[in-house]
Amino acid sequence: MNLDALLLQVIAGLATGGIYASLALALVMIYQATHLVNFAQGEMAMFATYIAWALINAGMGYWPAFLLTVGIAFVLGVLIERIIIRPVENAPVLAVVVVFIGLLVILNSLAGWIFTYTIKSFPSPFPTEPLFGIRAMSPHRLGAIGVTLVVLALLYAFFRFTPLGLAMRAAAQNPESSRLVGIRVGWMLALGWGLAAAIGAVAGMMVAPIVYLDPNMMGGVLLYAFAAALVGGIDSPGGAVLGGLLVGVLENVLGAFVIGNELKLVVALVLIVGVLLVKPSGLFGRVHVSRV
Amino acid sequence: MLLEVKGLHASYGATRVLHGIDFGLEQGSITTMLGANGAGKTTTLRALCGMVKTAGEVRFAGKRVDGRATEDIVRLGVAHVPDGRGTFANLSTEENLRLGAYTRKDKAAVLEDLERVYGYFPRLKERRHQQAGTLSGGEQQMLAVSRALMLRPKLLLLDEPSFGLAPLVVQELFAILRTINEKEGVSMLLVEQNAAMALELASEAYLIETGRVVLSGAAADIKRDDSVRRAYLGY
Repeated sequence: MNLDALLLQVIAGLATGGIYASLALALVMIYQATHLVNFAQGEMAMFATYIAWALINAGMGYWPAFLLTVGIAFVLGVLIERIIIRPVENAPVLAVVVVFIGLLVILNSLAGWIFTYTIKSFPSPFPTEPLFGIRAMSPHRLGAIGVTLVVLALLYAFFRFTPLGLAMRAAAQNPESSRLVGIRVGWMLALGWGLAAAIGAVAGMMVAPIVYLDPNMMGGVLLYAFAAALVGGIDSPGGAVLGGLLVGVLENVLGAFVIGNELKLVVALVLIVGVLLVKPSGLFGRVHVSRV
Repeated sequence: MLLEVKGLHASYGATRVLHGIDFGLEQGSITTMLGANGAGKTTTLRALCGMVKTAGEVRFAGKRVDGRATEDIVRLGVAHVPDGRGTFANLSTEENLRLGAYTRKDKAAVLEDLERVYGYFPRLKERRHQQAGTLSGGEQQMLAVSRALMLRPKLLLLDEPSFGLAPLVVQELFAILRTINEKEGVSMLLVEQNAAMALELASEAYLIETGRVVLSGAAADIKRDDSVRRAYLGY
């Protein structure tokens, strides 16, 4: 193995990592608000990507379709929370997990039913010529990292500097006190779902040009995103992004030089189990201590 | 009457805690509610804010508020300093205060009020960027009162504001409450274990035992009542 080849794999890893990072970010959003991991996050992203595909096929330009899809995904996320998640708000964790899995199956089948299972290509907004003639530096992959960083910056600004962002943080950590200052806690949760769905839609549209569009396209990506969120700390947005990049690099480097491309997914599973065993709070997560 | 309560019942699941209490609170007054542990004082405050299941009638500024959502009652101008202080532990002191003014749209006045509560409690200003969970108990109590004031409430519900505070700090806090009441005309309903100080501050008082009002009247008269003196004032 020479250093150049390693460098290429690292760059390619950072690029795919950007996509894992955005989906991990969506997982963290819902985890922060509800302390649950949304197993349907990947399928929500996939469904949104189909919407973008339909809009582009109907003749809309890429960026208008992109923005409209993010908006539609936001509304769908809010509706899913209000209609499907709200009724099981106080149900035991396992019941909610089953609802998430049901949602996953429904969205998957719905996409197959409406758009068929035929694999479709999805356009990239970035040029197709490799940068500097290096294949790993595809403009699309670099663009995906850029988009992820922009999303992260927007989210940071929203939560840090706007009253609504502050209210959402407050509602997530102390619902009772939040009601006492007049925050509509239920709506804050719905808003969290909307944001997560919107971020997921971005991830879906970024990954679709690489893996092609089909109803099962997010299965693998979601596993990597779980690993990313866990590595970074499931309640830390910044950690999720760093975790995403780290998982992307590990996956590529190990896949290329150690275990071979066929076993790449194992990296994600080993990371998930490893983090849970050794450091469940991840790199940047809060350690939860409770008195019993 | 700013607040009128008739036949208020409240229960936690199957356990009934309030058995039809009646009381009222005059605009601009400080009214205190005394009683032993478990008498239903905290529950009464929680019932007024729609935080427990209730039956009966609650009127605030003439409007029925029983059965309404907590956040709607708060928006009418009822601020609650809850039992246990309700600190947003992971947010900074100043973020806690800003949340108190969450429902207000008058941004400039909110900034003024921020300076005003910092004037009352300079310690909070020193710690404005500190994570609120790391404040001392006394500072968190000041923060809870300040957060409630940031709403510019018409009515302030105070659940044992003296709890866990050093005697000197309690005196300071009560002096500030009196100032706020006199200068800003904020009405207050005060639940207290420290009956002597509560009766000193309040103009009206109610005594609650096992979910019922057993005695009510002017604070000065209640203070002279023999049974209250023996049971709650300790002399």
